[in-house]
Amino acid sequence: MKKTYKIDVDCANCANKMEQAAKNTAGVKDAVVNFMTLKMNVEFEEGQDAKTVMQEVRKNCKKVEDDCEIFL
Amino acid sequence: MNKKQKKMLARILIAAILMIGFHFLPVKGWFRFGLYLIPYLVIGYDILIKAGKGIRNRQPFDESFLMAIATIGAIIIGITGDGDYTEAIGVMLFYQVGEWFQSYAVGKSRRNISDLMDIRPDYANVERDGKLEQTDPDEVEIGSIIVVQPGEKVPIDGVIVEGSSSLNTSALTGESLPREAAVGDEIISGCINITGLLKIRTTKEFGESTVSKILDLVENASSRKSRSEQFITRFARIYTPAVVYCAIALAVVPPLVQLIALGMTPGWATWIYRALTFLVISCPCALVISIPLSFFAGIGGASNAGVLVKGSNYLETLSQVRYVVFDKTGTLTRGVFEVAAVHHNEMDREKLLEYAALAESASSHPISKSLKRAYGKEPDRSRVTDIKEISGKGVTAKVDGITVAAGNARLMEMLGVDWIDCHQSGTIIHMAIDGRYAGHIVIADIVKPNAREAVQALKKAGIEKTIMLTGDIKKVADQVAAFLGVDEVYSELLPGDKVCKVEELLAKKPEKARLAFVGDGINDAPVLSRADIGIAMGAMGSDAAIEAADIVLMDDDPMKISKAIRISRKCLRIVYENIWFAIGVKVICLVLGALGIANMWLAIFADVGVMIIAVLNAIRALFVKHL
Repeated sequence: MKKTYKIDVDCANCANKMEQAAKNTAGVKDAVVNFMTLKMNVEFEEGQDAKTVMQEVRKNCKKVEDDCEIFL
Repeated sequence: MNKKQKKMLARILIAAILMIGFHFLPVKGWFRFGLYLIPYLVIGYDILIKAGKGIRNRQPFDESFLMAIATIGAIIIGITGDGDYTEAIGVMLFYQVGEWFQSYAVGKSRRNISDLMDIRPDYANVERDGKLEQTDPDEVEIGSIIVVQPGEKVPIDGVIVEGSSSLNTSALTGESLPREAAVGDEIISGCINITGLLKIRTTKEFGESTVSKILDLVENASSRKSRSEQFITRFARIYTPAVVYCAIALAVVPPLVQLIALGMTPGWATWIYRALTFLVISCPCALVISIPLSFFAGIGGASNAGVLVKGSNYLETLSQVRYVVFDKTGTLTRGVFEVAAVHHNEMDREKLLEYAALAESASSHPISKSLKRAYGKEPDRSRVTDIKEISGKGVTAKVDGITVAAGNARLMEMLGVDWIDCHQSGTIIHMAIDGRYAGHIVIADIVKPNAREAVQALKKAGIEKTIMLTGDIKKVADQVAAFLGVDEVYSELLPGDKVCKVEELLAKKPEKARLAFVGDGINDAPVLSRADIGIAMGAMGSDAAIEAADIVLMDDDPMKISKAIRISRKCLRIVYENIWFAIGVKVICLVLGALGIANMWLAIFADVGVMIIAVLNAIRALFVKHL
């Protein structure tokens, strides 16, 4: 299952860090952050609840880049 | 400017004024330190907080951390030494100016590019009880009647049921010539209605309409990252920690060497200053921002020219294309059979075509349709009597009482008429009128008017080999190939053979050269996906083509192929310029910093200045009109 979320982040390097953080979150198969369109495409693993996984993704992203936001 | 940017600008101005003001105050010692702390905190408090959070979250090696260490270090040097704090504030100030500019420039280019691709219709006019109502296009069901007034965008794909107008398709195809549309014509969303009122019966939902598909495709394009982008991401991940360790080494090792090995007094302050300069230079921002921005701008510019690129990676591959393989029908030729020539006619060309069209008027064969088109009018069937179809040969009929025979050479032989063979390839219709030979009509798939220039333009753009594949017979294929000037031609191929042929070509070509296949998206989807780059032509409305291809040309103009290649080359040139420029300047400044030649101000230029220049350069990728 794939979903797209709007994000807000200031610098391109921070976007890369968010991407890494999202990828390393349990339940996420793959994640791509597009800094230019400010969007995050997340592919979830089978049988995962997108909502709970995204809460984790958001937490992990906040950890690596304090100044970011994911609009869930 | 958004709220965040306005706030930042205010902070920058306050800090700058305070710093300059304090410069004229004759204060010394700790009071001076306290005074200068005010502008420092005004401009840098968020950086310090961020750096602190980074350390707490075990993610210390980011820019905020670098800036915090560098400026705190500079302040400590100020306390212990000459009492000069302007450097610390200046560094922070310029860093923030750079960040502000980056945020502003990126935001602006983001808007610019989105405006370019602004084909999203906001509403659809639905007629209810005789009144027009604006509704969300998402809510319009298939089969509804929508009204498009002059000046409005067509929101949903459909068929015209009332009215006629010219349509501006430039947002979709980059083509400025308006297109005429009348009742019964299919109409694609995203066009702008120029002249008349149109009533349209929708044939698709908004989500399935052309405009939604295109937007979806372009917006997600830069998510498919190119190898250059991946390189930069990897580079940044290794580079930042590496520079930090180098800086630590630079601060510690030389003084220790001076102290222990050479027995001199260690110049701690000098080396720490150099290490800090090192840290400021090191920020990978210029690279990390400008590379994706270049691709984003390139894709935006291309889509404005009617070339949809599905990802940064495809733009990159396209720039390396050296072999272009064409499908003939529908790509280089129009794919519709037309009367190409009339030979050896004694009577008027028009008159002969009239006879032919009338004689063939009862048939629904594609050939009779082409004759009808060439005749230009609906044939008056009452003028035709005694129609006889002779299977595999042609027809005979009486037109206005005169016997007309139209068919192939065997028909002429059967009728005992002397006929003249044709040097041109295609389907030949010999005509005999009143028992006498009256010339022949050549019906062929017509080459697109600018196909020849398109092949030459590709050659000029540095394409080494152009190859044409076709299912057509050898004679026709060779003639078209010779006319167009393509290098190689393979004819009489079944759709499956085309895949094999492309695989053969892929195996034969040099490692680095990429091969592009250009097709019209009809029954060549497997080949499109097999080639390094699949380019689909004239895809307005064809879902299969948009699905299978990597690059979609919105109209069927073959000149767009070389244009697309030139756009990709320009974009990639900018990407490499930025990579070399940014890394080059940084490496030079790092060396100068380590040697003590570069001071903090040069370091700031190496960071912020390089980034600004790289961002401005990246924006150039957007301008592709005159390529």
